[in-house]
Amino acid sequence: MTASTYKVIGSRPLRPDGVDKVTGRALYGADVKLPGMLHGKVLRSPHAHARILSIDFSAARALPGVRAVVTAQDLPSIGDQMADLGESTVNLRYVSNNILAHDKVLYYGHAVAAVAADNVHVAEEALALIKVEYERLPHVLDGKQAMLPEAPILLSDLRTNELGKLGGAPTNVASHLCHQRGDLAAGFAQADVVVERTFQTAMVHQGYIEPQTVTALWNEDDQLSIWCSTQGAFSVQEQLAELLQVPLSRITVTPTEIGGGFGGKINVYLDPVAALLSRKAGHRPVKMTMTRAEVLAGTGPTSGSHIRVKMGARRDGTLTAAEAELIYEAGAYPGSPVGAGCSVIFGPYRLENLQIDGYDVVVNRPKTAAYRAPGGTNAIFASETVIDELAEAVGLDPVEFRLRNAVREGDSRPDGPEYRRIGLMETLEAARTHPHYQTRLTGKHRGRGFAVSAWFNWGGKSSATATVNKDGTVNLIEGSTDIGGSRASIAMQLAETLGVAYDDIRPQVVGTAGVGYNDVTGGSRTTFGTGWAVYEVGKALLAEMGRRAADYWDVPAESVHAENGVFAHNGDRLTFRELAGKLDVPVTASAAVHPQGYGPGFGAHIVDVEVDVETGKVTILRYTAVQDVGKAIHPSYVEGQLQGGVAQGVGWALNEEYIYDAQGRLVNASLLDYRMPTALDLPMIDTVLVEVPNPGHPYGVRGVGEVPIMPPAAAVANAIYQAVGVRMAELPMSPARMAAALAAQG
Amino acid sequence: MVPEHVVWIPAVHRDLTAGQAQVHVVAATVGEIVAALEGRFPGLAARLTHDNALRAGIVVAVNGEVSSRGLRQRLSRASEVHFVPAIAGGQIGSGQR
Repeated sequence: MTASTYKVIGSRPLRPDGVDKVTGRALYGADVKLPGMLHGKVLRSPHAHARILSIDFSAARALPGVRAVVTAQDLPSIGDQMADLGESTVNLRYVSNNILAHDKVLYYGHAVAAVAADNVHVAEEALALIKVEYERLPHVLDGKQAMLPEAPILLSDLRTNELGKLGGAPTNVASHLCHQRGDLAAGFAQADVVVERTFQTAMVHQGYIEPQTVTALWNEDDQLSIWCSTQGAFSVQEQLAELLQVPLSRITVTPTEIGGGFGGKINVYLDPVAALLSRKAGHRPVKMTMTRAEVLAGTGPTSGSHIRVKMGARRDGTLTAAEAELIYEAGAYPGSPVGAGCSVIFGPYRLENLQIDGYDVVVNRPKTAAYRAPGGTNAIFASETVIDELAEAVGLDPVEFRLRNAVREGDSRPDGPEYRRIGLMETLEAARTHPHYQTRLTGKHRGRGFAVSAWFNWGGKSSATATVNKDGTVNLIEGSTDIGGSRASIAMQLAETLGVAYDDIRPQVVGTAGVGYNDVTGGSRTTFGTGWAVYEVGKALLAEMGRRAADYWDVPAESVHAENGVFAHNGDRLTFRELAGKLDVPVTASAAVHPQGYGPGFGAHIVDVEVDVETGKVTILRYTAVQDVGKAIHPSYVEGQLQGGVAQGVGWALNEEYIYDAQGRLVNASLLDYRMPTALDLPMIDTVLVEVPNPGHPYGVRGVGEVPIMPPAAAVANAIYQAVGVRMAELPMSPARMAAALAAQG
Repeated sequence: MVPEHVVWIPAVHRDLTAGQAQVHVVAATVGEIVAALEGRFPGLAARLTHDNALRAGIVVAVNGEVSSRGLRQRLSRASEVHFVPAIAGGQIGSGQR
């Protein structure tokens, strides 16, 4: 099917959940209320690193209104066991230790104990009555420092893992990755210009508006029911089964609407605690909702990092060699996104000679979680700044320099495998010819920056079920949390397959009891993977409806043809709706898929900034994001993904950072002090959708959500250089850092 | 006829291959590739696999596409095979076994 023949795909219908959300009727986690419900709160560590000598909660338990207190002693003992969460694999022993600290607290905000009480106020009062005796230990917050021989060791059993090769000595370096090909020395010898720079990026949070929230009911018959805000109900079910050592079949997870996730709502934090409290409190339901301070201090942000990049190019602009070292702070337990950083740092470029080393390092900060293009923004900030400097050094336009080195089909990714059909060249050309790039920027202390990014995307597993109603509408049951409008994009693909109107599809997102397995909504996979599942559902429905039409006409099934929602045989015709009304036996179909043909995506961003040289404040004047999006199923939501990615990327660039005091305590755990961009900080973000269909999907879909968060930091840094001549090497480029850099420039 | 494949050795394991980055292996499955590598470079299988499966955190890419079948992936034609860190949507494995 060619793009021009689509009836539904490419249109911009209203989202099915839109009215409920804008009128406040949609049910979020905090709206869940059950009879006899208790409220839980968590006691958190005031120390960055300390041994727990004792916990005395007798006074808290005796407080009227308190129904249960739990500590790590209530969690089953978990050995080393890996679990695939979709966007990451985790060692469940570490996850268990992160949920409630066992022998040590490893970061400020680490959960130590929890209380269930008749109301939140009593629960909070009880927390103050829990006596925890700590032995404080030296802490380390910085990844580079944590690698030093004299650094305090966080996890005594940790050994460096090099893709299966284990080190022998205690360390904070959880893993070392390396991608290498060609001859690095020979590559740099061929270069006329070599640029080497080091960069540092701050730990930042996803910044979802809705805090983590869960309600758990551990029933007398050992059935555990969970209502929560999550990116993946099945992932929560699996994590709980392992962490609580409860059979999977006894756990039902019902996802509520979600107020943002960006990767941060995959790992469980409160869910097992609420379950334990429910059981211990006499099988009463327990609700737990984090405060904003808890979200920032106690859930998983993404890594701060140190990155060194060295690249060489010939005078004609051809890259000859590239080398990078990435040190990512994993937080208290292993599992930073350094692997993804290593895979994308030179992803947009043809390179015969490269070496990339990545280090996953534990530090006394919250355990990191996935965050939109995990690890990518850090890496692209470093590499695209160096690319910009190289382009300037050889006297080439930044876009032209990138065009001369851009990867095409058949070129190798940094980690080895070849790219299939990709759209980087088309994206760069669209950026170069865009009015934004073609319009001269004028004004004092103003500059234009450019940067590109690559992201590999993901497929994952999806299931869906559809039922034909008597009136010709189709109920679509799916299990992918709808974060960015996927109800619409999935329903549109089913409508396209069936040849019916979008409004005739009634999508519902259900939990683990209502549909087959679905991986998390993450990794830019849902419109791709669940879209593929409903494509298969649609084909199965069409086939069955065709058989029903044949039965109705009493003709062989193979003589009935279906096209554009009409079944025909020898001049007889029935629309999908007419045939649905004649069904005496219901028609339903299900499909489950695990597609692998997800295609990488590429973005190219143009930004104009103005620098206030007195205060160091950087103002975004104009922003354009160009991206190879495959086939845009619902262009408005694709544009929204690009705009949202840019907004978050600008937060990385200019303001967001975790700030700790000398004792390792987080001091900016509120949205007043953890400064995220608001509408006042951003202009209208222009978008250009470059549609290079992915041959690995029936409708050409590529993931789009992660690509756009990566270029902004580099693009803004490059614009700052054009504006005031300062090369910024540390994120965020806050007014304080800008002012210092300008002062150093003299 | 069983095809011959180009197999890339992960950089961190080239200490076992005297620096050799790629080798040619005749095999019908990824599992047979690992067995053949072990025959030529003892110790490599233990690094890549555990309990007859690829270790957590490692995946195999065949002709640019990550396989969900791991060692059971059939290779019906000459292929380029890479063992790479499993990064799915982002993070690498957070543990070891």
